[in-house]
Amino acid sequence: MKQSTWLSNAIQKGLIGGGVAVLLALVGMIGRFSERPIIQNVAGLGYILLIAVFFIAGYNAVKRQTPAFQQIIGGLLAGLIAALVVALLVLIGGQINLRDMFINASPELYETLSFGNLALLPLIGAFTGAVAAAFSLLPTNLRGALFAGIGTMTLLGMLSDQLLLILNNNGIASYFRGWLLAPKGVSTSGAIITVTVVAVLNFLLRIRKERQRDQPARGPASAWVQRSIWLLIVLVMIYLPQFLGAYHSEVLNQVGLFVLMGLGLNIVVGFAGMLDVGYVAFFALGAYVVGMLTSQEGFVAQATGAWSFWFALPIAFAVAILAGIMLGIPVLRIRGDYLTIVTLGFGEIIRLLAISEWLRPYTGGAQGIASIPPIAIDGLFSISGPAKPQKLFYLILICCIIAVFVARRLKNSRIGRAWMAIREDEDVAEAMGINLAQTKLMAFAVGAAFSGISGAIFASKLGSIYPHSFGLLISINILALIIVGGMGNIPGVVLGSLVLVGLPELLREFSEFRLFVYGAVLIFMMLQRPEGLLPDQPQQLVQEGR
Amino acid sequence: MGILTANQVVKRFGGLVAVDRVTLDIPEHSIFSVIGPNGAGKTTFFNCITGFYTPEEGNIVFQGESIVGLATDQIARRGISRTYQNIRLFSNMTAAENIMVGQHSHLKVGLLGAILRTPTVRAEEKHALDRAVELLNFVGLHKKGNTVARNLAYGDQRRLEIARALANKPQILFLDEPTAGMNPRETAELTLFIRRLRDELGITIVLIEHDMRVVMGISEQIVVLDHGSKIAEGTPLEIQKNPQVIEAYLGREGVEAAEAGTRKRTAEIVK
Repeated sequence: MKQSTWLSNAIQKGLIGGGVAVLLALVGMIGRFSERPIIQNVAGLGYILLIAVFFIAGYNAVKRQTPAFQQIIGGLLAGLIAALVVALLVLIGGQINLRDMFINASPELYETLSFGNLALLPLIGAFTGAVAAAFSLLPTNLRGALFAGIGTMTLLGMLSDQLLLILNNNGIASYFRGWLLAPKGVSTSGAIITVTVVAVLNFLLRIRKERQRDQPARGPASAWVQRSIWLLIVLVMIYLPQFLGAYHSEVLNQVGLFVLMGLGLNIVVGFAGMLDVGYVAFFALGAYVVGMLTSQEGFVAQATGAWSFWFALPIAFAVAILAGIMLGIPVLRIRGDYLTIVTLGFGEIIRLLAISEWLRPYTGGAQGIASIPPIAIDGLFSISGPAKPQKLFYLILICCIIAVFVARRLKNSRIGRAWMAIREDEDVAEAMGINLAQTKLMAFAVGAAFSGISGAIFASKLGSIYPHSFGLLISINILALIIVGGMGNIPGVVLGSLVLVGLPELLREFSEFRLFVYGAVLIFMMLQRPEGLLPDQPQQLVQEGR
Repeated sequence: MGILTANQVVKRFGGLVAVDRVTLDIPEHSIFSVIGPNGAGKTTFFNCITGFYTPEEGNIVFQGESIVGLATDQIARRGISRTYQNIRLFSNMTAAENIMVGQHSHLKVGLLGAILRTPTVRAEEKHALDRAVELLNFVGLHKKGNTVARNLAYGDQRRLEIARALANKPQILFLDEPTAGMNPRETAELTLFIRRLRDELGITIVLIEHDMRVVMGISEQIVVLDHGSKIAEGTPLEIQKNPQVIEAYLGREGVEAAEAGTRKRTAEIVK
């Protein structure tokens, strides 16, 4: 009985792994990814993906409480079965033309999948599965450290060409080429060095953390240390755009705008617990206010002459706050799912208003608003040299810092506690003397304000805005980055934006699979780590010894 | 007239009359119990007083002013606190934070003040935290201030809920089955604690309770509800002897048994 359980488990995991591998192959991911070397002359991203699938199959096939050799056999079997399923695809594909249905099912794909020789495939599968099973026998710390090492190496390989570009701009690329980075991917020695260094560092860090847990907790780092860390971060941030160059500063700007929105939505969703999926509306309003007021061609330009961005910004801020309150009022009496539906409607209303014939003279209808001048920052920053995106970076950075500051202060205040109480139990919060209407409206207003400013900068950054830039997907994107980062946690918002906005921007060559990967990441996160990458930690308000 | 009086209060849910013309008068600084079989309308009556429900008819007067129709938060700000039958803490917040939420109406800082964090605001926050620690110690939750509420032991959660209610500096405290789910020792401790609340803090206590030992032990006055209406009122001794109460709890046979002269035994059963 027991034997058949581990056996059937191994077979089941193997079949699932094979299915996933076939899916990845047929949607074209493995084919496209194979063109991208990760370790030069050794492995492309496609192979890494395929082997990762076998690995996960083998890893999951392991049942605890069974003897070690049985675990290894189970992993081996799962990897083998997964590989056999892929081999089956290759065999079938060789006989029947599948391309009518699956355009990616090309001979080149089969060539890739079979590792050059079809007999090799089951061997690789079985070997990977067995290694994965053996891997699961390692102590947790070592396992985590190795995962971190391999993950970092893969990421480095994926981003190596862009890194080289940045390093080249700064004239220091030659120091890294060869031993670490290849033109595409990392070099063999680079792969070994990266995995080793990261794994060792990660391992030491984990051990230190463990030791700290055993000892009585020490107080938080002294204020002096904290301040110098902040100073260092600020200095790096000031130098960063010059180092990165125009394109990557632009990517950072995009991330920054999402951080700003994420911080705002985090107040509504993360703190006050009101699931708002129409949040893009405030972003759109901020953008349209600035667009209408500052455009060289709009009705405002004809009436009074185009405004400066700096005068339009406070108006965008005020309009967003007003809109936040206006959305807030109808949803005061509703909660949960119903609130979500109303906010969904609100987001659509704003988008439809922007696109409507009725407001066409002001919003430009489907054509949107063009000729929005870039923000005149020259007066504010006397840094000579850098082109536009680098300067904009400083503006966005300042806005983000202010937003982080405001969000942090609010979180640790009477207002923040009231928001969290409403999130936890609305009725009880009210019975504690919290005025629900007022407190909820505050959350909506502050959240909307952040988004309005983000939209205002967005409009000037792009120079033209269209209604279709403000679809539901943006709202969902912001929500996803909060959830992945860690609901309610401010550093989590920043990390979430980097992962869900920055990374896809850097990996544009694979943009066709963006939503596919996005969905997979969200499902994985919800299953494995629903509290997010950086979970919100409770405040340690009471000092030791009290 | 007492600190809180209810006059002919009626609450209906569709055809069901959950609270049926209940009149009572709670003397200041007393320990007052509301008892009755399951579904008698005790919690509904509490909900009417604390503003969770608005009664259809009747009047509730607290310290000389009618509180019918006021919002829950307004009623709370007048000094009425409560706990819940099924514990309703802010479970993802720490014990200290729970209590600080309880102090909400006694703190003043607004949106701008919170962002700027002026010295006044800092002082207020510090004072609030000090008071939270004080209350934690008062209810016996020493050094549990940083524990997330859901990780506290059951008995500690009950205590924390009371501490949170106390943070509002109430004149009157409604406890909805505070000893539910507690073992005899914890129950005895809590009984003593409830008496301390009244004696040391001068808070009027209103209790819904099923444990008759607790009710008879600490109440000065008891009201019995059955099917939404008040069937008896009096001191613990009077209630124990009241045939209508015995009927409500034990049915007709219980009363007959009592009339047949086994009064003593029945009293024990009721106990």
